[in-house]
Formats: sequence, structure tokens, C-alpha cells
Amino acid sequence: MRATLARFWDGDLAWSWRHTPVAMVATFLLIALLVAAFGAPWIAPHNPFDLATIDLLDALKPPVWLVDGTTKYLLGTDSQGRDMLSALMYGTKVSLLIGLAAVAGAMSLGIVLGLISGYAGGRIDALIMRVADVQLSFPAILIALLIDGVARAVVPGDMHEVIAFPVLVGAIALAGWPQYARTVRGSTLVEKNREYVQAARVIGISSPVIMFRHVLPNVLGPVLVLATVHLATAIITEATLSFLGVGVPPTSPSLGTLIRIGNDFLFSGEWWITIFPGAALVLLVLSVNLLGDWLRDALNPRLS
Amino acid sequence: MFAFILRRLIQAVGVMLTVALLAFILFQYVGDPVMIMLGQEGTPAEREQLRQSLGLNDPVVVQFYHFLTNAIQGDFGLSLRQGQKVSLLLRERLPATLELSIAAALIALVVGVPLGVYTALKRHGKLSQALLAFSLFGVSLPTFLIGILLILIFSVQLGWLPSYGRGDTVRLGWWSTGLLTASGWHHLILPAVTLSLFQVALVMRLVRSEMLEVLRADYIKFARARGLTKRAIHFGHALKNTLVPVITIMGLQLGGIIAFAIVTETVFQWPGMGLLFIQAVQFADIPVMAAYLCLISLIFVVINLTVDLLYFVVDPRLRVGLGKSGGGH
Repeated sequence: MRATLARFWDGDLAWSWRHTPVAMVATFLLIALLVAAFGAPWIAPHNPFDLATIDLLDALKPPVWLVDGTTKYLLGTDSQGRDMLSALMYGTKVSLLIGLAAVAGAMSLGIVLGLISGYAGGRIDALIMRVADVQLSFPAILIALLIDGVARAVVPGDMHEVIAFPVLVGAIALAGWPQYARTVRGSTLVEKNREYVQAARVIGISSPVIMFRHVLPNVLGPVLVLATVHLATAIITEATLSFLGVGVPPTSPSLGTLIRIGNDFLFSGEWWITIFPGAALVLLVLSVNLLGDWLRDALNPRLS
Repeated sequence: MFAFILRRLIQAVGVMLTVALLAFILFQYVGDPVMIMLGQEGTPAEREQLRQSLGLNDPVVVQFYHFLTNAIQGDFGLSLRQGQKVSLLLRERLPATLELSIAAALIALVVGVPLGVYTALKRHGKLSQALLAFSLFGVSLPTFLIGILLILIFSVQLGWLPSYGRGDTVRLGWWSTGLLTASGWHHLILPAVTLSLFQVALVMRLVRSEMLEVLRADYIKFARARGLTKRAIHFGHALKNTLVPVITIMGLQLGGIIAFAIVTETVFQWPGMGLLFIQAVQFADIPVMAAYLCLISLIFVVINLTVDLLYFVVDPRLRVGLGKSGGGH
């Protein structure tokens, strides 16, 4: 274990990381956000969803450095007296979970379809790629919005809160698979003529096994880069859908939902209810984007 | 060449048919139109009669045919929420969305292209680096957040610009325009800037990378060797050659702008199609959703087709390449 870690630390990727200050800052920022999000049940100062601890008298308190602020609520409270800092931490968790699940879904779907497309070729390939082409010509957010909207129309209103999570994940995943499929297909086309694949075929290994056991590990590099950048997009898409009111319900708000709630108080001067979730969202997306940019450059020596 | 155009046309028709089928399924099988129109009180006989008159007892293929012929004529029935004809609702909202989208696209070009040229020519300048960093920030900032920030600064704090609606409009036939009144222009500024910021960053990055690519080309070296002025090289030779991909991408982005207008319109309560659509989604107003789906797909398909054909006209290399692969079998 230690030896592997030491080898990784001395490797090209770690070297590049240690010599790219932006990547280091982005990593630490992301780690801090991850800890705050997933450690929320333990480290958050309040539990914003525990009705017993919420007091309406504490509603709309400004952050601590303003006139009416108290140290009890460092970033102020919302209209129901919920602590903003805690709501932010829980909200970041929801945003991250949906983003990660959607990326995993899009990645799995894209990898499977891309492998089949590249390995099988012929009509299946043409069909899959045509669908991907058409889908890519529409913006992902529009497709996610349509899927989300249709799902809401199909399911009766009182079920919306239950299905909000899976529907969001599914919509964002379905909107994101074509890029993975294209990338994987491209690499598969190259890999399938390599000797190791021919050798595997000669000794009679079945196509699915060759695809997933032998080709897949060799096409994963670009997919991981894509996944990093896609995570940022997926988080933005989720936030946008939630902001539009067709995403996560206010009972377990994501960052987008928090911004939507806060938007109603913009004109009455309680700017912190909107701006803090917005800032958290930007920091999250920015750190993921910066890491993705660095990873792309580091894994692709031709670019530098 | 004709084979290429024909193939693209067939693909476009295929996409539209698929979308229409989706809209049809949505229309026909989500929620029972008879229950919606008659309510709970209708007798079974009345229901049956309405089913018959609506053609709901016909074979599915016939129903789809009727749906298609109606859709082509722009008839998507009545909005469940507002009780008005969907086609009228959309027609009322279309000018608002188009004016906003075109304003945003123009801002993106007018601001993005010069910035891209500048950052390419002064590659290592401080300002260029700052602009690039800013563009990464612009890409990371979701549209709705940009809108909220602009409202907070320019409407709430400074009180300079309105944050809500379209202002006074003037009717030219069925087209209501906000471009003929001062209040209309006032109201347009914040939404248009919000919608364009992402595109500005995109155009700037695109022009920059294309310029850098072109500046490395042999004919630029040759132009330098001939002693042409920097101005002639940069703007006469280099910029001209970068504009083809830029115009293509901008053309394709126009669809994206119209789609993203959904978000901007919600933030600024801009009475366009996007706001209509979001409200339809929230209230499960299927006819409006289906109509919007068809309309926006049509816009996308037409834009993509036009850009493909234009590309073909502009770039002779493509013609030769396709001619070969097309006739080589």
C-alpha cells in the first residue's frame, strides 16, 4: 500500500499536480467542500430539518458581521429560522449526490453503448451514433428539462417529492450519455484492431468478455476526464432545474432549491439567503472545472 | 452533393417525426382528455360520444395521422390551464423570446469576437490572462445566478434598471415588440446581458483558439515574409479565416440561446415561450408542453440544417471530400 502510494506520488500525474498551484488549490477546496457536505450530520452547527430546534423568532437573521447578526447563526437564517450555514452543508450534499449519481448513470450508459457501437460496428453502430448525433444537437439542459417535465406529467402530483430524486438523476444521465458513447467508440475502434484483442478472439473468448474485460480498461482514461467536466455540468443542470422549480423539493433542498427560495427575498434586502448558496454552488463547480481542466492537460501531453 | 443534402433532409424529417411521436404519446396517453373536458359529472354515454367525436376510438395510426396534420397547421388544441388555444399562446410569446435571444446573440458576437482576437494577439499579456480566467469563471457561473447577481446589483442596490417583465410594447400586426419604446430597451438590457455572458465567454475562447491555430499557418508566415502590415495580416488574413467556424458555432448556439432563454425568462419574469413552458411543466399542461417541444425541435432542426448547408457552400474542401466518399462505392 505504502509502496503504491509512494510510486503514485513520484509519478507523472502527481508531479504535474505538485507543479500546478491552481490544481492544488482546487483540490483542497473540493476536499473542504466534500468534508463539509458529507460530514454535515456531524459537524453542521444545527440540523435545519429538525423542526424541534427551529424557532420562527430567529427567522431572517443576517450574517454575524452585520448589525443584527448573532454568533449562533454565522451566515444568518432563512425565513423559517433555519441556519443558513447548516442548510448550505446539507444542500451541497444533495447537489453532489445527484451530480455524482447522474454522472455515474450517464457514464455507464455511454460506456456500454460506445463499446457496443465501436466493437460491433455495422448497423448497430450507425443507429447508436445517429441517435447520439441528434441528441447532441440539442442542449443537455433542454433534454433534461423535457424528461423531467414528462415524468412530472405522468406521475400524479402527490408523488412528486418521492420521485424527484430518481427523476432528476435519470433526466441528467439520459441527457449526458452521448459524449461518453462517442469517446468510448472512438477509442474502441482503435483498440479492437490491437494484437491483444485479436489474440483474445483467437483463443475463443466471447465478445462481451473481450469488450468489458480487455477493451474497457484501455479506453477509460479519456472517459475519466470527461466525467470530471461532466460532474460540473451535471451539478449546474441540477441546480438550474431546482431553481426553475421542477427539481429537488424544498423539504430536502439542494443548492439550487435554496437559491430559488432565497430569490423571493432579494427585494426585501435579505440577500444572504440567495447569495450564500449561490457562492457555494460557484465554488463547487469552479473547483471541479479547474480540476477537470488540469486533468485533461496532464493526461494529454500533446497539448502543452 | 444532392445525396448529402437529401440525407440531411431525410434525417431532419426523421427527427421531427420522432419528436412528433413523443409529443403524440404525451398528448394521447398522459391524462385522459375526456375526463379533463367533461369532468367527473359526465355520463358514460356522453363520454363515449365525446370519445367518438374526438376520434379517440380510431386506430392509433389514424390518430397519429390526425395529430400530425393538426400539428403542421399549428393546431395543438387548448391549454389545460388557461383554456386558450395553444397556438395563440405561443404566437403571443414568440416575439419576446426571439427579441431576447437575438439581442443576446448580437452581444455575444460584438463583445466576444474582439476579445478573442485581443487575447490571441496579446497571448501573454496581463489583461489577456485576466480575461481568460474571467471566461472560465463565466462558464462556471450558472445563467440563473448571473441573472440574480445582476438584479441584486443593478436593480436592488443601484436601482438603475428594471428587473421584471418587458416594459411597454408596441404591436405591429400580431408581433409585439419592445424595441420601439425606451422602457422596452431598458427592460431588455439585464436579461439580454445575462443570456449572453456564457456565449461571450464561448465566442471569445473559440476565436482565440482559432486565431492561434491560424497564426501558426504557413500562409501567415509567408504574409509576414512579404512584409505586409500587422494589421493586414491579423485582420485581412487571420481573422477572416477564423470566422467560418465561429459563425457556424454561433448559428448552432442560437438554438442553445433560445433554450437557455427558459432560465433567463424565469429569472426576469420575461413573458416569452420559455416562461410559458416552465409554467406548463409545473402544472402538467400537456398541450402546451407538446407544442413547445415540437416548436423548439423545429427551430433546432432548421438551424442545424441551414448551418450544414451553409458550411457546404462556404467550404469547398467539404464538397470534394464528400463527392469522393459518396461516389466511391
